[in-house]
This record gives sequence, structure tokens and C-alpha cells, in this order.
Amino acid sequence: MTDAAYNFAYLDEQTKRMIRRAILKALAIPGCQVPFASREMPMPYGWGTGGVQLSAAVLVPEDRFKVIDQGADDTTNAVSIRKFFERTAGVATTTRTADATVIQTRHRIPETPLAEGQILVYQVPIPEPLRFLEPRETETRRMHALGDYGLMHVKLYEDIARHGHVSAAYAYPVMVEGRYVMDPSPIPKFDNPKLSGCPAIQLFGAGREQRIHALPPYTNVVSLDFEDHPFEASKPEHPCALCGATESYLDEVITDDRGTRMFVCSDTDFCTSRRDAALEAAQ
Amino acid sequence: MPAEALEGGFAAPAKEAARGFRQVMEAMARPGRIAELGGASPPAPLSVAAGTVLLLLCDGDTPLHLAGEADCPEVRAWVSFHCGAPLAAAADCAFAVGTWEALAPLGRYRAGTADYPDRSATLIAELPRLAAEGTRLSGPGIAGEAWLSLPETEAFRANAARFPLGLDFLFTSGTRLAALPRSTRVG
Repeated sequence: MTDAAYNFAYLDEQTKRMIRRAILKALAIPGCQVPFASREMPMPYGWGTGGVQLSAAVLVPEDRFKVIDQGADDTTNAVSIRKFFERTAGVATTTRTADATVIQTRHRIPETPLAEGQILVYQVPIPEPLRFLEPRETETRRMHALGDYGLMHVKLYEDIARHGHVSAAYAYPVMVEGRYVMDPSPIPKFDNPKLSGCPAIQLFGAGREQRIHALPPYTNVVSLDFEDHPFEASKPEHPCALCGATESYLDEVITDDRGTRMFVCSDTDFCTSRRDAALEAAQ
Repeated sequence: MPAEALEGGFAAPAKEAARGFRQVMEAMARPGRIAELGGASPPAPLSVAAGTVLLLLCDGDTPLHLAGEADCPEVRAWVSFHCGAPLAAAADCAFAVGTWEALAPLGRYRAGTADYPDRSATLIAELPRLAAEGTRLSGPGIAGEAWLSLPETEAFRANAARFPLGLDFLFTSGTRLAALPRSTRVG
């Protein structure tokens, strides 16, 4: 069902052209935050307005669209954004990572490796990796211009001095093609290695902050670290309680009020596919 | 305004623009990859691909420079009706279109600022032919290496050396399109 009252994919054509121009510049300067005139969307800031605007600008009628929120296809945010584009763009939707052509994500990269022809759209709350170290936009702009990332290295060093390791477990800063330090959005640092050399196009949209940044396919992305404290992609030391996977990122789920807990795959498509396959093999 | 200027736009603007932009984005994300792009029927001397790029990306917010023979009454009328883009000198434009020879010298165009390197011009260069051979390309968007029949090498090498400043290029020939962003290492 398509709402004929709306233009294809909700936004008007001039807005889409403005976003599309920003996407092209973001792809041409990997990791650089390109300003765009973010519009009000029929959902609050913080619910993925940046990602929704990017999806609206890149979707074609033939796409199969998938939305995940912390890896899950069935949470409120994911369901409502999927429905939004079913209604306004009339696109097919799927929960299977391998079948999707455009995947909008909040805070995860799917476990199933992405392929050429796929586009991963990230919802980004704060695109500026230096923001909590330097609140002034004029200053952080200049630091990016000069490639002056000393402040970030001092922060990582102080983490190690205090805690023995870098304390960031998500939104772990990365260096893109040796030039721009980028915030990969609040994905767990477990996902950071998947940013680099990815065959898919990765687009990052921050609606409230009005910024778009991008990683073209096969871009070199390195998580910041020190020689004597190398980056480590960590995850809970458990297998998934449902599918038994040992290589996937896990959510901790509290199951009663006496502290019982279980660890399950955060990527629901990955987990159900594995369980379905195991069930088929057993029959 | 001549009646012909009213012809040659998209038949279904929203959906054709969406499909067309995907081709342009894939081209920009994968330098050297050649895409097919159509939908517009611009007046001569513009190619179908160049005219389609103008419809996809240009509007009242994007000063456009028509270089050389592209700066003719037919193209001016077509652009002002379909895009509404203000025509501008090379130094002030966001987009420029013309043959490679007409677009030169490249020093005239905005290459962005240190704080905002995205505020740079995108050049749409019409080439007689476009093929995946000739100059070696490497960098973001390219697995290993790619090849593209660039009109020359030195200008693009100098452009890439200015990264993150620099110009971005879309090459058009008939209905074929390829791109060369500033991030690509040439030769």
C-alpha cells in the first residue's frame, strides 16, 4: 500500500537533490562530515531522522529494504521506519540481510558479510568524534582541517592510564584513509573491523546535527590505538544461548528479577537463520 | 523561450531521478566503474548522460557554468526551464559542464576550503569515448586497481595531491557515465 498523497519516498525532489549532492561530496572525501539542510521528519530527533533522510534519497522502487535497531528487525524503531517506507515509497521489505539492497541500521553492522550492490545507512546521533573533548564546532572543524588529532590520542592515553585499557566500548573512533578521524556511530567496537574494506557503500546520517559522512567500498578504516595497546574487537565471552554462535555479538538479557541472565545474538536475522538451519539439519 | 526547451525532461521525475542518482552514486563510490545513465533528452551538444546528471543534481541552489559550446541559447533555455539553475562564471559555480578542453584550466574552479572541503565544484566532462582502460586508478572505492580512459593524467594527479581539497569529476559520453573523485590516486 502506497500513500499516493506523498512524493516517492516522502521527501520532495529539491530536498532529495540537496541530500544527494551532499552524499556525493561525502563519498568523494571519505570520513569528512558534510553539512546538509536536515528536514523535520514525521518522527522525533534521535529516532533516526538522519538515516531516514539518507534512505529516502537513495531508495529506488526496485529496492528491498531492511531496518535494524541494535541488530533486531522487530523493535519499535525498526518496525516503524520499515512501515514508513513501505507506505511512502512502496518498496519491498525483508529481514534477511543477504536479500536486502538497502539496510538502515541503528548501532550495529549485520553479522552476515555485506556484498557489492548493497548500501548500509547508519543512524548517527553525534557525528563529531571530538565533540566531547571540544564543544565548539569552529574548533573541531579546524582540528579536522589541520589533521590535529592530538586531543583524541591524549584521551585514549588517559583511558589507558586510568583503566588499563581504552574505555570506549562503542562509538570507538577510527581513522579513515589516514586522513580523517571519524565516529562510526554508536556501533560496538566489535563491529569496527567490518567498516574497513567493506564491499558495500556505507552512508552515515545525523539528522539533528545536520551532517552526512560516508565510506566508499573498500575504504581503509583503522581503529585508533597504540603499539603497546593494540585495538581489540571484544564481545561477551559466551556462546549465544539460542543458536550457540560463538562469533557473533551478544546482548545480555535479564530473564527474571533474581538476576538470571542469558546472552543472545544481537543480530536477530543471523540468529534465526542459524536456528532454522539447525532445525532443518535435525529433520 | 523556444518550445523545444520544454521537452526532454524526466517522464516520471521522482522515480527516474531515484534510479538515475543510484547510478551516479555507484559511479562516484566506485571510481572507474562505468554506468549507463539515461532519461533526459537535452539539446545538442549535451550528451544524454550529461543532461540527466543536470536534471538529477542541479536546481536553483547550484550555480552552473556552461563551458565552451555547451554555452548556447538552446542549452541555456533547457537548463533554465528544467533545472532553474543560475548560470555562473567558472569561479563561482557548483557544477560545470562542457568538453574537457572547454573546462580547462582547472585552477578557475572552487576547490573547497580547509574547514569545508565539500564546498568545491563538480565538473561534468563530456568525452568522445569512455572505456575501462588507459590510466590506472587506486584508492577508496576501488578493490586493488581500476582503469579509466582519462583525457589526461597530470591534471588529475595534481587534483588528488590537494586532498582533501580538490574537484570531483563526472565523465559522460553518450549514455555512459564514470566518476573520478578527488580521493582517487591516478597513475
